[in-house]
Amino acid sequence: MEPTNAIELQNITKKFGEVVANNKICLEVKKGEILSLLGENGSGKTTLMNMLSGIYYPDEGKILVDGKEVAIRSPRDAYELGIGMIHQHFKLVDIFTAAENIVLGLSGSRVLNMKAIEDDIEKLAQKYGFELDLNKKIYDMSVSEKQTVEIVKMIYRGANILILDEPTAVLTPQETSKLFDVLRNMRDDGKAIIIITHKLNEVLTLSDRVAVLRKGEFAGEVDTKDATEISLTEMMVGKKVDLDIERPEPHNVETRIEVKNVTCLDKYGIKALDDVSFDIRSGEILGIAGIAGSGQKEILEAVAGLQKVESGCIIYHNSKTNEEEELVGKSPLQIRNIGVALSFVPEDRLGMGLVGSMGMTGNMMLRSYREGGSFFTNTKEPEKLSETIKEELEVATPSLSTPVRKLSGGNVQKVLVGREIAASPKVLMTAYAVRGLDINTSYTIYHLLNKQKEKGVAVVYVGEDLDVLLELSDRILVLCSGKVNGIVDARTATKEQIGLLMTKLNEGGPLNEQ
Amino acid sequence: MSNKVLNQEPLLRITKRDGMPKLRAWGIRGIAVILSLIVSAAVIFLIVKMNPLKVYATMVSGAFGSSRKSWITVRDTMMLLCVGIALAPAFKMKFWNIGAEGQILVGGVATAACMIYLQSLPTWLLFVVIILASIAAGALWALLPALFKAKYNTNETLFTLMMNYVAIQLTSYFVALWENPYGSNTVGIINKATNRGWFPSIFGKQYLLNVIIVAVLAVGMYIYLKKSKHGYEITVVGDSENTARYAGISVKKVIIRTMLISGAICGISGFLAVSGASHTISASTAGGRGFTAIIVAWLAKFNTITMFVISLLLVFLEKGANAIASMYHLNDYASKMITGIILFFILGSEFFINYKLIVRAKENKEGK
Repeated sequence: MEPTNAIELQNITKKFGEVVANNKICLEVKKGEILSLLGENGSGKTTLMNMLSGIYYPDEGKILVDGKEVAIRSPRDAYELGIGMIHQHFKLVDIFTAAENIVLGLSGSRVLNMKAIEDDIEKLAQKYGFELDLNKKIYDMSVSEKQTVEIVKMIYRGANILILDEPTAVLTPQETSKLFDVLRNMRDDGKAIIIITHKLNEVLTLSDRVAVLRKGEFAGEVDTKDATEISLTEMMVGKKVDLDIERPEPHNVETRIEVKNVTCLDKYGIKALDDVSFDIRSGEILGIAGIAGSGQKEILEAVAGLQKVESGCIIYHNSKTNEEEELVGKSPLQIRNIGVALSFVPEDRLGMGLVGSMGMTGNMMLRSYREGGSFFTNTKEPEKLSETIKEELEVATPSLSTPVRKLSGGNVQKVLVGREIAASPKVLMTAYAVRGLDINTSYTIYHLLNKQKEKGVAVVYVGEDLDVLLELSDRILVLCSGKVNGIVDARTATKEQIGLLMTKLNEGGPLNEQ
Repeated sequence: MSNKVLNQEPLLRITKRDGMPKLRAWGIRGIAVILSLIVSAAVIFLIVKMNPLKVYATMVSGAFGSSRKSWITVRDTMMLLCVGIALAPAFKMKFWNIGAEGQILVGGVATAACMIYLQSLPTWLLFVVIILASIAAGALWALLPALFKAKYNTNETLFTLMMNYVAIQLTSYFVALWENPYGSNTVGIINKATNRGWFPSIFGKQYLLNVIIVAVLAVGMYIYLKKSKHGYEITVVGDSENTARYAGISVKKVIIRTMLISGAICGISGFLAVSGASHTISASTAGGRGFTAIIVAWLAKFNTITMFVISLLLVFLEKGANAIASMYHLNDYASKMITGIILFFILGSEFFINYKLIVRAKENKEGK
């Protein structure tokens, strides 16, 4: 009997150090079906798919393809099993044409018969309705054309199982609907398709079935016809969990930074921030929520002077002199000297703000090494500071000179956040400060932020966990595709409300409850 | 779909170590040296049927057999170390300065030019001018790629490499210009009669000044990299340009400043090679040291004190290899093989210090 499941995952577990990215996940995908994989940031979707495409190897569990157990050790194995994954970042050779990219790396005769190959590709394209100019070079192509090349490449290589990681993030609505038509054609031809996306309306229009992951666990699955945006949001964010984080009442609240109509472009020239306006106020914590890549990084970097601002202004209100200062156009150093501190914890933790090869002392100096007129660095003060931070935040390190690269993630973050707080800033912006931390350490960080808030510092907290945002912040700004989709009172907002704001752009402009 | 059964974990997996205690790391390096000597001994015995111990003894006496030989070994070690010192700040900043060879050459050409044209200056002034000229020449050769890197983000590896060829051609031109005697196609020994611009002997030792200059540079660079604000900035830029930007460090400024220093010290190496050693200039004055010094700098992890040990080892191997080649009428390749084996083991040991191998667990072996 022909098995109907293209892929079956049984109890798949993957750990990275202490962090469990996937915990005993079971999932199947049928032939001739489009499955949406839904989940918040860090819920383990991409990790799971990377195990299918041979980038990671599972710690436990079985993978069955066409009913047979397999081990996928490398992307090559995945190819041979007919699994093709389209990543968010395309893997194409810029100076080759579409056709050359499609045949690149395939075994075959030494002499390429490009004519025959092109005919074959043309036939495939017609069958599924791709629009593709085979002789166009990649560097001349739009993002959507490049994506088409990636998909055709996979199909040409005989992929029967196609995984797409947020394929519509970079597409216009027209391109998106074209892509969906093609995907439906492929489904009708019996191919299995998994699509990772955050956009609920797309899930509802495209897929046959939805599987939801939450914090590395399988949270359930549902036939799309039985699902609504509300029910999916509930599955995705889960029940409100009581975390019991303290939240002191804000006092002496005054506007510290005013962001007015700021627009920024990313490196592809697409608007990363679109006409963003909001206030950062002293004595309170402003939470920022959003799907990954909705503009969180750009907002903070624009304020810190690290991101070029195309239009709009960012005004700093000095509480002592009552003067107003325009931050746009100032260098990062000038902005930091005004008292705006940024601690950004990127995915790799070290890429920004810390020097991996230096010890704690060396990293403390990053802010202050210029002080004093001497040609040489003064290590006495930074040493004292690292000693204090080590004790107060209980940083586990063999010595102050052990390279921070060798510390565990939590300790690295304590060093970073501790240093920024030690500079007694007026505005403290943190992004993903508790990324990958255990519970106790997370609470230490929340406590630190609350202490800053009580001291009258304006705190901005970009976070991934909605429960934390709801309990820690005073106000929550929700971003959706680079736009402010709402600013809500964290004391009264619900998790579902925020979840919806994150995934569905309000047509009537941003919701404002402040 | 292939009919291969794909359900085995890979046989060997490589994972990065979190770091190793220093003592153990040096232990592994020590074992590597011993292993390399054993393998070399086996090779010597199998190929030329000679007593390996005798061959090793010849190597030692080739490098340190007499006072004169020892001093030449020291002189060449200092020369290589000087280039290593020059490269350390650039490579620490992750700026791939492959152009030391050219920077040395132009420094040497500048030195030779001063020795030829400015003979009439008082000795102290002549040396001041030579030093300034060689520094300026080397720094200029490094400045060009640095400027282009900072301004247009050009690839510094290719740029510095190509600058080598320009320097070689330039040197050939000056060799032709200064040819002496006519028709020899070499410059000959410059100021042979007057010794103008030659390093003076100190306490009767001809090469002591070389040692002093390089020692000062080594200590200076050690302090510069470890203790100065500039050195701090170099480390930050080399580790992560994002972090540097975040800290308000001007990456462009650091790149240009560091390369000026790197090129200047390469220029001084050219000065040492001409004024302090050969007293002549040719396209082979740098003699590949610009490349060998890259190994020196990386192996020592930019610690100039460790660099001395590694330079000495490399020069010793070279001298020793030459000695066995002439002593036993072996051709050059046989001795180079031994050098190669020893270097292979030492470089290979770094792999085992930084990574470990995980062999597939037994129970999976029978899995089908």
